[in-house]
Amino acid sequence: MFHLALRMLLGDRAKYIMLIGGLTFSALLMTQQNGVFQGLLAWTTSHMRNMRASIWVVDSRVEQVNETKALRDTDVNRVRSVAGVDFAMPLFQSVLKARAADGSEKLIQMIGIHAGTLFGGPTQILAGELEQLRMANTVVIDELAAERLGRAAGIPLTVGDTFEINDREARVVGVCRTERHFFGYPYVFSSYDQALQFAPRQRKMLSMILAEPKAGLTADEVANAIRSETGLAAYTVPQFEKSTISWIWRNTGIPASFMTTIILGFIVGIAIAGQTFYSFVLENLRHLGALKAMGASNGLLSAMLLFQAFTVGLIGYGLGLGLTAAFGFAVADHGQPPFRLLPDSLIRTFVAILLISGFAALLGIRKVAKLEPAVVFRG
Amino acid sequence: MITSASTLPDPTTPAVSLRGVVKAFGTGDARTVALKGADFTAAQGELHLLVGPSGCGKTTLLSVAAGTLDWDSGTVDVFGTRLNGLPKSKVTAFRRQHVGFIFQQFNLIPTLDLTENVSVPLLLNGVRRHEAEERSAALLQRLGLGGKERKRPTQLSGGQQQRVAIARALVHEPRLLIADEPTSALDRETGHQIMEILSTAARSPGRSVIIVTHDPRTYGYADRLTEMEDGGIAGVHHGQALRDFISIHH
Repeated sequence: MFHLALRMLLGDRAKYIMLIGGLTFSALLMTQQNGVFQGLLAWTTSHMRNMRASIWVVDSRVEQVNETKALRDTDVNRVRSVAGVDFAMPLFQSVLKARAADGSEKLIQMIGIHAGTLFGGPTQILAGELEQLRMANTVVIDELAAERLGRAAGIPLTVGDTFEINDREARVVGVCRTERHFFGYPYVFSSYDQALQFAPRQRKMLSMILAEPKAGLTADEVANAIRSETGLAAYTVPQFEKSTISWIWRNTGIPASFMTTIILGFIVGIAIAGQTFYSFVLENLRHLGALKAMGASNGLLSAMLLFQAFTVGLIGYGLGLGLTAAFGFAVADHGQPPFRLLPDSLIRTFVAILLISGFAALLGIRKVAKLEPAVVFRG
Repeated sequence: MITSASTLPDPTTPAVSLRGVVKAFGTGDARTVALKGADFTAAQGELHLLVGPSGCGKTTLLSVAAGTLDWDSGTVDVFGTRLNGLPKSKVTAFRRQHVGFIFQQFNLIPTLDLTENVSVPLLLNGVRRHEAEERSAALLQRLGLGGKERKRPTQLSGGQQQRVAIARALVHEPRLLIADEPTSALDRETGHQIMEILSTAARSPGRSVIIVTHDPRTYGYADRLTEMEDGGIAGVHHGQALRDFISIHH
C-alpha cells in the first residue's frame, strides 16, 4: 500500500512541490543560519588557534579570550614558579591603528610574542621567516593585513614592505595565514618588546601569559595549580573556548538573533508543511474514507500518512542540505560570512524536519482516525 | 488473506440478517432515529434492492449491514458471523475480506491508474503487488476495459469509471457486494450495462448483492426488493409480488 501512498502524493503535483519547497526552505534556513552562527562562534575563539598554547593565564576578571585586563609584569615569574609549569611566556594583544600605503588608517590586532622562544607565533608562514621578528621594528602580518594595508588596490604588502603602526615604521618580514578574527581585524605579530613600542604606553602592558605543562602533567592539573597559587585565572584551551562562547551567549544579542531565525525556519516549516499536508488529507478524505470502508485499518492509514510526510520531509531535508552545502562552498574561498557546518547541527535539523513532518502527518492522522467509513455513502 | 471459494458458507445461511436494529444520530433535541427496529434479510445468490424515499434509512441500513457503521441495539449477522460485540479491528478485517463496495460517486483515486485502483482490496488483504496488479488487469479485461489499464479514472467516461469501481469491488471475490446508487450518475444504456454486471455477480455461489437505489430502471434486475419507510421496513417483494410492484412503479 505504501507505493500507492507515494503515488497519491506525487499525483498531486502542486501540493507535492509546495511541501518539498516549504521543507527545503525550512531545512535551508535552519542549517545555513546555524552554519553561519557556528562559524561566527568559531571566530570568537580564533585567537586560541592562531597563538597555540595549552594554558592561557589572564586576570581573574577576564572571561573570554578577546578581552584584556592587563597583568603586572611580575605575574609572568609568578606563573613560572608554579610547580608543574614547564615554561610561561608573556603575550601582548591590543587593537592598534595602522596607516596603509594610501594614507588611510586601519585597525589591526597587534600580537606581541616572546622574542626568545617566539612561542604563540603563527604556525603557517607563507613568506619570509618568523625568526626575523627578533630584529627591530619588524612584523609578520597575515594575508588580510597584507591585503588591507596593501601598497595599492590589488597589490598586497609583501616581505620587505613597510607601513606605519601608531606613527612608527614597521617592516614586514613575513606573511602568515591565520584564522579570521572575531571583529574582522587583521593580525600583525611582532616581538613582545617591539609590540610595547608600537602601542601607546600604559602603566601595565602585559595582556596574557601563555604556559605549557611539564611532561607527564595535564593542562587541567597545571591550570588548577596556577589558579590556586597565583589567584589569576588559568584556562585550558577547551575551558577558555567554553568560557568565551558562554560569554558571547550571555553578553551579546548574536545568539538570540540567530536562534530567532532558526526558530522561524522551524515555524515556517511547520506552517507550510502542516497546512499543505492537512489540505492534501482533506482533499483526499473521501478516498481515505473509501479505503477505510474497504478494510484499511487506522494503523495502516496512519502509517501511509506518516510515510508520505516523511518522504517529503527527507527530500526537503536533502535539498535544503544541498543548498546549504552549495552556500558553504561558495563562501569557503572568501572566508566570509563565517560558515561551519557541524555534524550535530545536521542531526538537529534532521530531527527538526522529522518533527515538522510528524506534526504535519499527525494533523491528518487525527482527521482520518475520527473519520467514519460510512461517510463514503453520504453523497 | 482472502478466503478462498472452497470455504463457501452454508447456502441456507442468510447473507445478511438484521433483527430489531435501532440506530440514532445526534443527542437531545437534535436526535434523529434513522432505523427504528428494522428487520432485514438478504439471501445468498440474490440481487437485493433497497428502495424508499430519501431519508427513510436505506443508506443507514446498508452501512450497518456492511459493518461500516455502529448501531445502538438489535443484532446483525453477515454470512453467519454475528457482528455484535466484535472488536472494531475484527469488523474491519471482516469487511476487508468479505465485503466489496460500489459507491455512487465511484470514489476511485484520481492519481492512481485503473490497475492500481482495482488492486487496492487485494493489497489490503496481503496479496503481493505483482500478483494483485495481474489479477486486477485480468478483471478489467473481462469487464471490457482491456488496453486502458494504465489510464487514470478521469480519462474515462462515467460508465467506464463505474465498471472500474465494480472491478475493485469484485477483485478480492467478496461474499457481500454493497452498492449505493450505482446507476444514478449514468445514462440509461450504461445503467443497464452496470446492472447486468452486478446481476451476474449476484449469481456467483455464496455471494449476495445489496443495492440501494432510487432508479426504477433497476427494479427489473432484482430478485428481491425491500421497501423502506421512516426507518422501518414497509414491505418485501419477490416473485409475482415483485413483478406487480415493478409494473406499478416503472
